[in-house]
Amino acid sequence: MTDENRAVEHPEVPTLFDVQEMELNFGPQHPSTHGVLRLVLKVDGEKILEAIPDIGYLHRGTEKLFETETYPMGIPHTDRLDYVAAATNNHAFCLTIEKLLGVEVPRRAQLIRVMLDELQRLSSHLVWLGTSGIDLGAVTPFWYAFREREQILDFFEEYCGARLTLNCMRIGGLPFDLTPGWVERVAEFVDDLPARIDDYEQLLTDNRIWKKRTVGIGVISGEECIERGLTGPLLRASGVEWDLRRAQPYECYDELDFAIPTRVNGDTYDRYIVRVQEMRQSARILRQCIERIEPGDIRGKVPRVIKPPAEEVYASVESPKGELGFYCVSNGTNRPYRMHCRPPSFINLQALPRLAKGHLLSDLVALIGTVDIVLGEVDR
Amino acid sequence: MAEEKAPPPPTAAPAAGGEAKPKEAAPPKLGATDASGHPWVRSLSSGVPDAVVSAKEFARQVTVVVKREKVAEVARYLKEKEDFRYCVDVTAVDWKKREPRFDVVYHFYSFSKNDRIRVKCGAADGEEVPSIASVYLAADWSEREIWDMFGIRFAGHPDLRRILTWEGFNGHPLRKDFPLEGIDTGAAIYPEEWPEGAGPGPNDPNRKVVS
Repeated sequence: MTDENRAVEHPEVPTLFDVQEMELNFGPQHPSTHGVLRLVLKVDGEKILEAIPDIGYLHRGTEKLFETETYPMGIPHTDRLDYVAAATNNHAFCLTIEKLLGVEVPRRAQLIRVMLDELQRLSSHLVWLGTSGIDLGAVTPFWYAFREREQILDFFEEYCGARLTLNCMRIGGLPFDLTPGWVERVAEFVDDLPARIDDYEQLLTDNRIWKKRTVGIGVISGEECIERGLTGPLLRASGVEWDLRRAQPYECYDELDFAIPTRVNGDTYDRYIVRVQEMRQSARILRQCIERIEPGDIRGKVPRVIKPPAEEVYASVESPKGELGFYCVSNGTNRPYRMHCRPPSFINLQALPRLAKGHLLSDLVALIGTVDIVLGEVDR
Repeated sequence: MAEEKAPPPPTAAPAAGGEAKPKEAAPPKLGATDASGHPWVRSLSSGVPDAVVSAKEFARQVTVVVKREKVAEVARYLKEKEDFRYCVDVTAVDWKKREPRFDVVYHFYSFSKNDRIRVKCGAADGEEVPSIASVYLAADWSEREIWDMFGIRFAGHPDLRRILTWEGFNGHPLRKDFPLEGIDTGAAIYPEEWPEGAGPGPNDPNRKVVS
């Protein structure tokens, strides 16, 4: 009996060629979701008809915790938001309260902050490069990326004792000065870096398999990125040259010379290129900071008990994922009345259903990688 | 020294994402000033009549308080007429004893002005706020988060479900009266297991740990 006849005789039994919508659970425990992201997929065979993210598995009530503790006690909580980029989280948090207090950060502290930020950006992009390579079957870049990341974590360890949850900034400045020889070791690392980025690029940029898996996947226009609030490499890969370090410079970014890499196609491949280029720019920024660093104070004039005026401010930094902002409402006491985090991962993840629609299941893995989410930040 | 109030004129807009804002030379003076004369506020009051309640400026950030019913109109006006195309963030604040109880806070960014504006509206417990998700797609999940965390409903939202907690969660965690731990937390989160006041306390040896 042919398939056609069977369909006539038993219309209730689906044939091989009927559209069969199936609901598929993807995650929350799946290596390629980079954390505890659950996606409810509606698939027809391998084609994704709809992807509905289900988040909150890592919700720890960070914003509630901020309200129960004093201002400086909030800084370690920010480490646990985007846990592969703790320095930028610390930075955004401190920047918000400094704005509220009207405190000026000394120049040496500014330079060290920028250095920590850029090292963190490198390490975050290296994690992204390694893991999203693995997602698509390119295992080798992972070992190279994590070799360099290990060095960066060693720098952090030497600076503040921690490798991931850094807690490396304070309101008005920094907790510690640099250890002797730190700058020289970073300089050595930065000198090596461009050649090492060349290595990653040699493995991936012109790799035919890599291109087949990434070019034309998850295309999004610059207009739509703005409409959906996407920031960071996603926005820049779609041709919008916007980076908070340039648009609204904080610390001493305004005197540093660096380019904002952009691409026009807005697909997964372009987002890869943008991130790799950003790593090169981070190396450039680090080099300039090393040249400029000079002895000086590492903490501004901050009162012992931090009691900002009863006002509200929003301040944001360019984290490796995009615009990371904090909105703080003070009621004049030593605890924030309300502290809200604007997490780039949360907003960027919102676009995943749009990016994934119509692609194959295997491309979804590439797309989760390219959006570069950290669930600690999505769920807070 | 008097507070310097020199808001950037909206006409002299720098190229998108291009020119950097001059670095803040002096730290901002403490205390907010009235910003009802600010060009954006004036434009908003004339563009959406009867919407603006008050406006202030602190640390070079403009806050406009608008009427709750007009929020969607205000958002659309700011997006289309004042070029605030990027909705940075939507959140809420619980003032507990104040009337109306909540503030819903919006941050919009304009690429051509390279600046942000903060729009706020009050909402009493149980009052619906017009959703801006049809104006800015970016606000979709943020509004769901506010519903989840504060229990403020948004009228006209396409899919207003809880987002960080689960459907059936009892209470809204970021409200000021939501307990941090103890009997009431259990009762609040797992009402069927721990009825009000009957659940184990923090020092109870038989405390049930739900992981």
